[in-house]
Amino acid sequence: MASLARRRATDYTVKAISIGFAGLSLVLLAWIIWTLLSRGLPALGPHVFTRITLPPGAGGGLLNAIVGSLIQIGMALVIGTPIGLMCGTFLAENGRGTHIGNVVRFVNDVLLSAPSILIGLFVYQLLVVPFGGFSGWAGVVALAILVIPVVVRTTEDMLALVPIGLREAAFALGAPQWKVVTMITWRAARAGITTGILLALARAAGETAPLLFTSLGNNGWSLNLNAPMASLPIAIYQYAASPFEDWVALAWAGALLITAGVLALNIVSRLVLAKMK
Amino acid sequence: MDATLSGAQTVKGLAAAKPTGRISDPLFVGLLWASGIFVLLLLGLIIAMLFEGGLPALREFGISFLWSTTWNPVTERFGAGVMVFGTLFSAVIAVIVALPLSFGIAFFLTEIAPGPLRRPIGVAIQLLAAIPSIIYGMWGFFIVVPLIAAYVQPPLIEWLGPIPLIGALFQGPPLGAGMLTAGLILALMILPFITAMFVEVLESVPPMIKESAYGVGATTYEVYRNVSVPYGRSAMVGAVMLGLGRALGETMAVTFVIGNATRMSASLFAPGATIASTIANEFPEASIGSLKLQALLQLGFILFVISFIVLALSRMLVRSKLKG
Amino acid sequence: MNFAPETSIDIASAVNRATAPSTEAKLKVEKLNFYYGDNHALKNINFDIPEKRVTAMIGPSGCGKSTLLRIFNRMYQLYPGQRAEGSILFDGINLLGKELDSTIVRSRIGMVFQKPTPFPMSIYDNIAFGVRLHESLSKAQMDERVEWCLRKAAIWEETKDRLHTSALGMSGGQQQRLCIARTIAVRPEVILLDEPTSALDPISTSKIEDLIDELKQEFTIVIVTHNMQQAARCADITSFFYLGELIEVGPSAEIFTNPREARTRDYITGRFG
Repeated sequence: MASLARRRATDYTVKAISIGFAGLSLVLLAWIIWTLLSRGLPALGPHVFTRITLPPGAGGGLLNAIVGSLIQIGMALVIGTPIGLMCGTFLAENGRGTHIGNVVRFVNDVLLSAPSILIGLFVYQLLVVPFGGFSGWAGVVALAILVIPVVVRTTEDMLALVPIGLREAAFALGAPQWKVVTMITWRAARAGITTGILLALARAAGETAPLLFTSLGNNGWSLNLNAPMASLPIAIYQYAASPFEDWVALAWAGALLITAGVLALNIVSRLVLAKMK
Repeated sequence: MDATLSGAQTVKGLAAAKPTGRISDPLFVGLLWASGIFVLLLLGLIIAMLFEGGLPALREFGISFLWSTTWNPVTERFGAGVMVFGTLFSAVIAVIVALPLSFGIAFFLTEIAPGPLRRPIGVAIQLLAAIPSIIYGMWGFFIVVPLIAAYVQPPLIEWLGPIPLIGALFQGPPLGAGMLTAGLILALMILPFITAMFVEVLESVPPMIKESAYGVGATTYEVYRNVSVPYGRSAMVGAVMLGLGRALGETMAVTFVIGNATRMSASLFAPGATIASTIANEFPEASIGSLKLQALLQLGFILFVISFIVLALSRMLVRSKLKG
Repeated sequence: MNFAPETSIDIASAVNRATAPSTEAKLKVEKLNFYYGDNHALKNINFDIPEKRVTAMIGPSGCGKSTLLRIFNRMYQLYPGQRAEGSILFDGINLLGKELDSTIVRSRIGMVFQKPTPFPMSIYDNIAFGVRLHESLSKAQMDERVEWCLRKAAIWEETKDRLHTSALGMSGGQQQRLCIARTIAVRPEVILLDEPTSALDPISTSKIEDLIDELKQEFTIVIVTHNMQQAARCADITSFFYLGELIEVGPSAEIFTNPREARTRDYITGRFG
């Protein structure tokens, strides 16, 4: 056995290193945010929101990319949320302790952590190839597939927190299952379920890879979901890798916008969750 | 107390009463089942379509597609060897770097940090996981790559390059972009996942067990190392696997910083490629029905299989502990 | 037989109830067996629950009394692996019959739980939720129904000015009386009470007990309780369960003063349980 002094010294050293590591990760976070602010803020002017993407030197903005992203994310939520909500409810209501429930839960975990680029490839095979081209709809479907597992997971977790007595009390009044679920259980868990939807929104907003082969990007102004559609992440990807200074600056402006939005959504949902527990 | 009940019908006989939800209930339950089954079918369809799309490439090149290191779009000879290697290599670097950091931060968050600081710091570290992949890519490309090229690689190449055996890891020009940089960025991206699961596991250690160790005079670190960590070992291994799974499939961040070279090299500094970065990079040049596209789809299928295995293992390990 | 005074059972009140002769049976339990998977939880239970009386079910934990209560309103059917054999006749109809819809059974046989279970909505909506399941009332009729049942549950005065505020803001005792009001509002014939006061303070408990006394004018009441004084104070009939069997049932006064079975005597004198 080492001497007490030596054991103490080890203890202090390890504590110091741990504090150092925690500090390091905070510094890195601050560094990333500082980079975004210092490079993104100067590039962020009204033109970013009022003009569409234009050739280098023409003073373009990101309007079409922002609008395209909003449309695709919005539609993805409209499609993905109900499916995720129902599937999460299935797991909480009908799937507890059953084989099928365990299988669905596992499959959902696989979807949750499957590389998002593969979802893009899948939708490319499913929609782009057979229907003869890239389209906003393909992007919507790809994002919806990313939204579903997030909503399923949080919905199941939040419904599990609803006291069993509340469900039984509703059943004891003679309520059918659908009313118990929609009017009592969902209602009791609504803050948590909303959080899940916000987190899904945050995930969909930042995803680039699945859009590369689906909605592709579009440098013109287009609201047509049957045609290729611009999106913020794709525009950032194109511009960041370009040799033109004004494009790179726009990429930083876009990066700042996305990160600010995603971090805000995360912080809000964490606050809601902390309040519930 | 004697309010009367008007508007009340006479109580009907039990048999004559109308049940609530005789039609809507089966409908609702059917819908719940349908969406559960839908998720199953969705994954089935994803696997089937990736496999089917890449099948021609597998037929063309045979099973040696898996390890062949040729990737030549001009002669249309394709093999997955370089990308499989790059995927595993960069992910392993990421885990090796992230693991000690996660151990330290989890120790800090569970044992050292004063109560009021614990949550804010924990949340801040979790925010690292929320930052989109492409942002890591840009930050890595514009900030980290030049720093590594200027300050990290030249001395390492000079000092460690000549040493036999491990010197092979430190060969080549100081480009900045390459395996090491990709691994470092990935480490930062998976760090919050691993840390969060570590913290969850460590918090599930019964206080009694820890207190009895303190009772015999152990230091905080000794309790952490000899009691808490062994208690949660299998779940923690599962957490590391989950981090590994994330690193394997990361696309945008890696694409920006790995250098995208489809050549095999053992050097940490050599540019390389992962499966995901190759798909993202080469896809725009692959036309529908081309052998190249099929090879890319086959790559996608291989990535899926690797991630699936890692995830399944991770889940087994995590569940075994947190449930028991 | 005489009990030592330290058993502190309220004999006087129990004796007062012994007079009323048992009326018609509202529920007839016949050859009832119940299983949780392979576990035989209730063994060949036969007894009658008289109309407009309070019937108490007592016994040590795990004796099957709560299980039986949850069979009356088919609560057990929510959980796979639980099954009942035999019959429970309610106005001559077997409650366990497959052709009978659970929602109808539950609209006639209401239940109040151990812990108050207010729904996350207003006081008014807590009551309207159950009523709307079975009847379509006009706004005025619904208002009237809400007032009626809140008066019956003796919380009208406390709630009339805040009907549209959340029920979650009430005290535990008020919440439990709201749950009783909510059950009455559906106008069941039988009310099942599953240890309704075990989570409440003594003052709230005595209010609920007074309420039970009022309610038996109109409803048949079955109460599961761990508290023998409560059974003695409230119940006309008391049944004693032990290890899944019905050991003894009779007027409360007899059970508490002169039980036929040794096991009953041991339990109520506190020798085990």
